Amino acid sequence: MSIRLLHGAHVPHRKNTAESVPTRMPVPAVVTIPMSMNIGKPANPVVKAGDEVKVGQLIAEAGGFVSSPVYSGVSGKVKKIDQTLLFHGATCQTIVIETDGEQTVYEGIQAPEVTDFQSFVNAVRDSGVVGLGGAGFPTAVKLNVDPEKVEFICINGAECEPYITADTRTMLDDADMLVEGIRLLLNYFPKAKVIIGIENNKPKCVSVLKDLTASMENVEVNALPALYPQGGEKVLIHNTTGRIVPEGKLPIDVGCVVMNTSTLVSVARYIKTGMPLTEKYVTVDGSAIKNPMNVIVPIGTSINDVVEFTGGFKCEPKKVILGGPMMGVSVPDLNQVVVKNTGAILCFAEAEAAAPKPTACIRCGRCVDACPLNLMPTAIEQAYEKADGALLGKLKVNLCMECGCCAFVCPAKHRLVETNKLAKSVLNAHLQALKAEQERKAALAAEKEAAEK
Amino acid sequence: MNTMYVSVSPHLRSERNTQKIMLDVLIALVPALIASVILFGFRALLLVCVSAAACVLCEFIWEKCMKMEITVGDLSAVVTGVLLAYNVPVDMPLWQLIVGDIAAIIGVKMLFGGLGCNFMNPALVGRIVIMFSFTTPMTTYAVPKVAGSIVSGVDAVTTATPLAMLDQLDWSNFTQLLLGMHGGVIGEVCVLALLLGGIYLVIRKVIKPIIPLCYMASLVLFSWLFGGTQPVLSLFTGGVMLGSIFMATDYVTSPITNKGKVVFGIGCGFITAAIRVFGNYAEGVTFAILLLNILVPYINDLTMNKPLGGAVEK
Repeated sequence: MSIRLLHGAHVPHRKNTAESVPTRMPVPAVVTIPMSMNIGKPANPVVKAGDEVKVGQLIAEAGGFVSSPVYSGVSGKVKKIDQTLLFHGATCQTIVIETDGEQTVYEGIQAPEVTDFQSFVNAVRDSGVVGLGGAGFPTAVKLNVDPEKVEFICINGAECEPYITADTRTMLDDADMLVEGIRLLLNYFPKAKVIIGIENNKPKCVSVLKDLTASMENVEVNALPALYPQGGEKVLIHNTTGRIVPEGKLPIDVGCVVMNTSTLVSVARYIKTGMPLTEKYVTVDGSAIKNPMNVIVPIGTSINDVVEFTGGFKCEPKKVILGGPMMGVSVPDLNQVVVKNTGAILCFAEAEAAAPKPTACIRCGRCVDACPLNLMPTAIEQAYEKADGALLGKLKVNLCMECGCCAFVCPAKHRLVETNKLAKSVLNAHLQALKAEQERKAALAAEKEAAEK
Repeated sequence: MNTMYVSVSPHLRSERNTQKIMLDVLIALVPALIASVILFGFRALLLVCVSAAACVLCEFIWEKCMKMEITVGDLSAVVTGVLLAYNVPVDMPLWQLIVGDIAAIIGVKMLFGGLGCNFMNPALVGRIVIMFSFTTPMTTYAVPKVAGSIVSGVDAVTTATPLAMLDQLDWSNFTQLLLGMHGGVIGEVCVLALLLGGIYLVIRKVIKPIIPLCYMASLVLFSWLFGGTQPVLSLFTGGVMLGSIFMATDYVTSPITNKGKVVFGIGCGFITAAIRVFGNYAEGVTFAILLLNILVPYINDLTMNKPLGGAVEK
């Protein structure tokens, strides 16, 4: 079966750290662990100021069904339960731990008992793992489906964002654990075929995983063209299975589940050893970084501490991004911390930091050609400027996954992702107004009917 | 004090900007310029330089007077000026050419809001303005200064264009047509140079070949259906190459989607063929492209992309 691949943008790769085996950094003096590191409800702290904690110890339990527990990655003493302002503007609780540098492992660590599908899902929930590719969706919720329905499990090793090599290193250095994870998936999803999608700019990962899975049935390693955003959920599903996730549906509705490689490795590690998610491979790179490298970082470590460990800045950082340059979030200061779904810390000098000045749209259509989902960003921009909610609905701005291809290719340097984000709220307001109008009419009609009687 | 930039992703942009695209178009126009200098002498170069300078100056003065941001740096006015100069015969008086430049830049581009807002190709409107204002110099074509050119009649100073004497031509004239060894406006005679420029634009991904190919194919098809003389050979006469490669592909005045580009190209070919075969006017490229320019908003509306997985409106 040949699949017509979706569009995208030829972004530069800049995988400078592909050969850098992750180095464990010394424990920072203080870690600040936010309770909201996943999509859904924040976790609830179960420790209080003054408590002693050890590595791998539960410090906060899941705050609901769509939530995830949090474990300490350090040993030390809880200093306080604090409030913090997250980079996206919301406040959340944090647990501040003063470390003792001993890194004593919690004595309660033991491999969970996994016997059937339900105990497997429970183990995934207890592992504290969320979508580590960036989305941060609790993995257990994703896997808590009818296992018979799952036809394809796409393992996302595309790592299509420039700079980031954390997943590359996971695939190379934790290949055994990854294969272990695949075995678990094959075991608990008997009808599923596992497809590992890797961009072909990582031939080493492709060959290592091909060798390791050669003897396994129902496993395929798929070398995808290096075209951003190959690792987007809908894009990966389409380019590996040929299936299209319809509007308003989830991947499971077309029989697919997508998991990031690091996510799967973390799940497998917990089930094998009982050690939950407490640390991350983080790529530190960018034009302001002296020594680009991969670092193993305890969750809750500040950007400042991580960069200091790598050798500090080459020049003053003017823009700092958590995540990749295409979809990552630029943060206002260096006190922001590494969370569960942080894959990279990128620091840029002035030249790359300032956003280019937008000029007139020349209607070249490059944004339209680049959009993996066949949207028309230039038309969306015009509709947004007119605040035309009905047209925005027709143009399906709600489908936009904000991958940034359109804005990347735009020769007029328009901030198309920003526009799309804003356009989504215009569309929502329009839909709500429509709904209110309908309800008002229905109420009027009912009133009239009652009066006639 | 905090001095870091914070912005919405993506934080990485491609190198290409409007100015670089326009520069590529200018580079693609260089072969035709060299050919015109060889064929018609250095006055061709003078026309091109004067026209480009006039366009840039018009845009600059307008923006200064209107207290707008000065945008001449994007080179789009230079492209308009060069293209308009390519559309006049070598003996065109300079002031008449400048009238065309003013019409193109002020009348078509700036009055509608500048780059990206015009609904017709400025250079083509400029050409029409000159055509109707100064018909005689605009239709007096000098014979190229190279030996072996196609010449009509005994008059050795001026000549008709091959398009006007298609019935006297056959495939033995193909090389002369390809190299532009015949009377005509300075930029459109040398087909080979224009094709080279077109290939450069396609390789550099400045344009897609859809519009030129659909245009040419539909022109041949409709010329043949309408019973025109030499449907295939007529591709290499008149403004087809310059028009289809450089004018019809103007981003601002052509459709955005591939489907739209196909419709646009076929439409241009159809109208060109109709004017050439049925009209009492030898050339139809200019009017064909302008007519389709006007239809672009409608073509865009009717050829929108279907979003992947988008639910159908109830």
